[in-house]
Amino acid sequence: MEPSDSELVRRAQAGELDAFEVLAARYERRVYSLALRILRQEQDAEDVTQQTFLSAVENLDGFRGQASFATWLFRIATHAALKVIRKRKGLKTVSLEAATEGTDPGSSIPHPEFIADWRQSPEQLVQSREIQRLLDGALARLDEKHRLVFLLRDVEGLSVKETAEALGLTEANTKVRLLRARLQLREQLTRALGDPDTRLTRDHDHVH
Amino acid sequence: MKCEELLAMLNEYVDGTVDPALCKEFEQHMAGCNPCQVVVDNVRKTITLYKAGRPYELPAPFRERLHETLRKRWRETRGGAANRQ
Repeated sequence: MEPSDSELVRRAQAGELDAFEVLAARYERRVYSLALRILRQEQDAEDVTQQTFLSAVENLDGFRGQASFATWLFRIATHAALKVIRKRKGLKTVSLEAATEGTDPGSSIPHPEFIADWRQSPEQLVQSREIQRLLDGALARLDEKHRLVFLLRDVEGLSVKETAEALGLTEANTKVRLLRARLQLREQLTRALGDPDTRLTRDHDHVH
Repeated sequence: MKCEELLAMLNEYVDGTVDPALCKEFEQHMAGCNPCQVVVDNVRKTITLYKAGRPYELPAPFRERLHETLRKRWRETRGGAANRQ
């Protein structure tokens, strides 16, 4: 049986390099993919991945297991990626929160337009290489602020609270961004994967 | 409940954190509103698909370099006489 993350962390903290390398091998693809999907540039994604694991080596003793080891790594990677973004934009201190949007979720939720059943189940779809391109393409078209929240919450599985903390956002703001991200991705994927014969129109609002 | 109100609660419903009283209203609306029902189903599938997506492989030369750098930093910062490595 594979040793658990916490077992490996304990051994790494006790000085076992091998245990740390197993952890790195376990998470390097996810850290790299997260960085690549945030930054969309391979060299930057490699830099962020390396910084993340170097930082993990240096700060390993400070990891107390409040969050999972994966969440801890994703948080470090996110901070490193945000630094790259700020550098690209030439901004030094402006946080993401500065580009805040209304936290009233009712204010401007994107209206679903293309509403139809999908032709295939996610289980069938996930096997296809084309689908991976579709998913990445749809993600790339999101605004950065929406993409970041969706990646951490829905792709990497952080909680709303952990996502908010990693990005320096309020939970309310995180939820609004998540909703917009989910609805925009739904729209794009349904246009590609929806069965036009089942397309529904919503030309009036039901009031029950 | 109107369609807009349902959309505003979509996160909580999909994540299973919606207040039970509101959940009932939500489901009552869906039962009578086919478009909302399909939108909710689409959103669930969207999330499922992204969660199931496979991560990218590291380019092999980078992976090698990464592990070499990590071992080096490990020995510099955590090594020393006590380290068996």
